[in-house]
Amino acid sequence: MIKIKTFFYFFLVIFIINSSYAKEPGTLITEIVNEASKILSSSDPVESKIIKLNNIAETNVDIAGIGMYTLGKYRKNLTESEKIKYNKLFTSYFLKNFSSRLVDYSDPKIYVVSEKKINDKYTIVSTVLEETSKNPEIKIDWRIYTKNPERPLIRDLIVEGLSLARTQKEEFKSILQNNNNDISYLFKSLEEFIIK
Amino acid sequence: MKKILTVFIISIIYQLFPLNVSAGSDGALEIKNQTKEQSAEVKDCFETVNRGIFAFNQGLDKIFFKPIAKGYRYLPKPIRSGTSNALSNLSNVVTIPNNILQGQIKEAGINTLRFSINTTLGIAGIFDVASYYGLNKLDKEDYGQTLGTWGVKEGCYFVLPVLGPTTVRDSLGSMINFSGGDAWYNVTISNNTKYFENSDYYYSRLTAGVDFRAKNLEAFDSLEKNSLDLYASVRSLYLQDRNRKIKNLDETTITMNDDDWEEIDSQ
Repeated sequence: MIKIKTFFYFFLVIFIINSSYAKEPGTLITEIVNEASKILSSSDPVESKIIKLNNIAETNVDIAGIGMYTLGKYRKNLTESEKIKYNKLFTSYFLKNFSSRLVDYSDPKIYVVSEKKINDKYTIVSTVLEETSKNPEIKIDWRIYTKNPERPLIRDLIVEGLSLARTQKEEFKSILQNNNNDISYLFKSLEEFIIK
Repeated sequence: MKKILTVFIISIIYQLFPLNVSAGSDGALEIKNQTKEQSAEVKDCFETVNRGIFAFNQGLDKIFFKPIAKGYRYLPKPIRSGTSNALSNLSNVVTIPNNILQGQIKEAGINTLRFSINTTLGIAGIFDVASYYGLNKLDKEDYGQTLGTWGVKEGCYFVLPVLGPTTVRDSLGSMINFSGGDAWYNVTISNNTKYFENSDYYYSRLTAGVDFRAKNLEAFDSLEKNSLDLYASVRSLYLQDRNRKIKNLDETTITMNDDDWEEIDSQ
């Protein structure tokens, strides 16, 4: 009985420690960057690197939220089935886009410079991608959604002041506007990109 | 001809200074709503033509600028840095008057000191000596940005052959360069001086283009590979970049229109 009680308290303590641990946005970025750097500098085959990078993204990026933001006003006209289809396509598109951008870097060195809480929901973590022989130093700011402090999620990357989420949103909007606002054209473009 | 020109000028002025209040409406509400809408809307008035010119520029880039930029990358780093420094130093002749026009007197002073030190001790700007004296490099400013800070709207977005993306406001800004606003243009092309040739100006512009392209080879490739609509991506990036420069948003990085994020949060 004492043993059972000891185990019970042990797990209770562990549970409390875990649930009260709120990850700081800066720490989150440092951890992600270190993990990604380890994967990219490893001798693993590219396919294996992509799978591991995608796992990082699925855990730490609010892909569904970005997908809805990217769709802008058009999301209001979607039926439930279209919403499900869009979420599925957008996730595949996002992960392919994410890993193919990163896999070109062999060992990126990114340092957290500062973090600034904008409001209860968002914190901006400012980082710097170190200069290489090919590229100049690049400032990257991460927009972190901190509504749930225990699970901060990345919602946008702002590279040298340019928001990737906003760029993607305007890209999707352009596709829709040039095709009579027909969502099936966007689905088709996403499918073509995914199988490319 | 005169009539066409008048209509053209009036349409530009109308675009740049839109009248936000309409008769019989709630003016304040109208202004608020339109401003919000305008910040999110892109005025791509000649999209079909623009896309054609964009495709032409892409072709030109593939056969001309990209190969040259790749070759430029093979030059030793000190040569590339020196070239980049010299071009950056030269851009101060446009930045300094624009600092003054935007009321950035401190920045104008720093840039004037930087220009004087780097042009002399730094041998025509090849070496950034001023940075050693604690005068760090500041952001470039141009007449398009100045017009923006004065409240002139960007007007239509369009793409120029070879030169790439621009807006009506930025084109007007460039025209000021050619009307006496750029001291480098004045001493090379406008005025006949025994020190400089017309070609010096064109070479410097071409080198600046190649230098910029070389610095962004991977970024452009990645953008091309990962875009569903490259034209729309470039347009968005250009307009965001100009907006950031006009507002000097280096420190505060925000996604410009947060309305959609707010709606998603409340769902």
